[in-house]
Amino acid sequence: MKLSVNGETHIVDGADTLGSLLLLLNVSLQNLVVELNGEVAPPDKYDETQIKDGDQLELVRLVGGG
Amino acid sequence: MPAEAGPLTIAGVVFHSRLLVGTGKFSSPAIMRDALAASGTELVTAALRRVDLNNPDDPTLSHLELNKYRLLPNTSGARDAAEAVRLAKLARAATGNNWIKLEVTPEPNYLLPDPVETLKAAELLVQAGFVVLPYMNADPILARRLIDAGCATVMPLAAPIGSARGLRMRDQIQIIIEQATVPVVVDAGLGLPSHAAEAIEIGADAVLVNTAIAIADDPVRMAQAFKLGVAAGEAARLAGAADASFSARASSPLTGFLRERSS
Repeated sequence: MKLSVNGETHIVDGADTLGSLLLLLNVSLQNLVVELNGEVAPPDKYDETQIKDGDQLELVRLVGGG
Repeated sequence: MPAEAGPLTIAGVVFHSRLLVGTGKFSSPAIMRDALAASGTELVTAALRRVDLNNPDDPTLSHLELNKYRLLPNTSGARDAAEAVRLAKLARAATGNNWIKLEVTPEPNYLLPDPVETLKAAELLVQAGFVVLPYMNADPILARRLIDAGCATVMPLAAPIGSARGLRMRDQIQIIIEQATVPVVVDAGLGLPSHAAEAIEIGADAVLVNTAIAIADDPVRMAQAFKLGVAAGEAARLAGAADASFSARASSPLTGFLRERSS
């Protein structure tokens, strides 16, 4: 399926939940937050959150800043 | 800060340091960790950015001993109220707390905050249950509007972000301090511990420093210096300063000079 992740198109196979997608993309959960189609995805429910063709995701992380 | 002030209290949370420190621009996570410890701060800022999918593990904040500090995420990068609200919601999910340093800086050269969009975002965020600490230009009327909107502090800039130019907005900040009913945090542009001391001396409740510490040759020593600067400012404030005078006021006795003759 085709996903938009952080503004780039990704063709992803073998992941149907947010949890499995993060694993596939090798993204650690530390200080991470995910926006799925404009809504914040509940961090404790990544493994139950289904993703589908055409979804738009933003993966953001807390980083150093003032 | 009233002259007899107790500890800094923001939205009911007590802090034993009047120095807030930003976590940007440190050359290594270990130096950041040591500098934060040396500063004595209890409240540190952070930003939110997209994960780099080619390098998905950003370790910058992983060294942060989160149990030691309260984390204050910012909305840096927001160009208008809508972007700031979006970032605030993501920050809340990332930190698990509802404190947000509101920054709306649409203009890249001086990074000055947009007052209209900042106020608009503050109103929306307070309504959504956030504790809002807005970065703002040193405008006393805007400060009043942000306080009326329910902000937990006001955070006027001393000078443009990262400029290290010191308390350029001193007179305006003094008016804000005189009128504020919430803590005043002088944010941005402080380059030296003496700048921080000056802000606290004139009654600011706290200062927020990042660049001046992070890019010093020895960030740990500079963090310690800022801690001392803030402590000096607070002691001076509590001690009660002499009024300034245009003409001299002799500090040595004006009698008993050698030239005097008894007649």
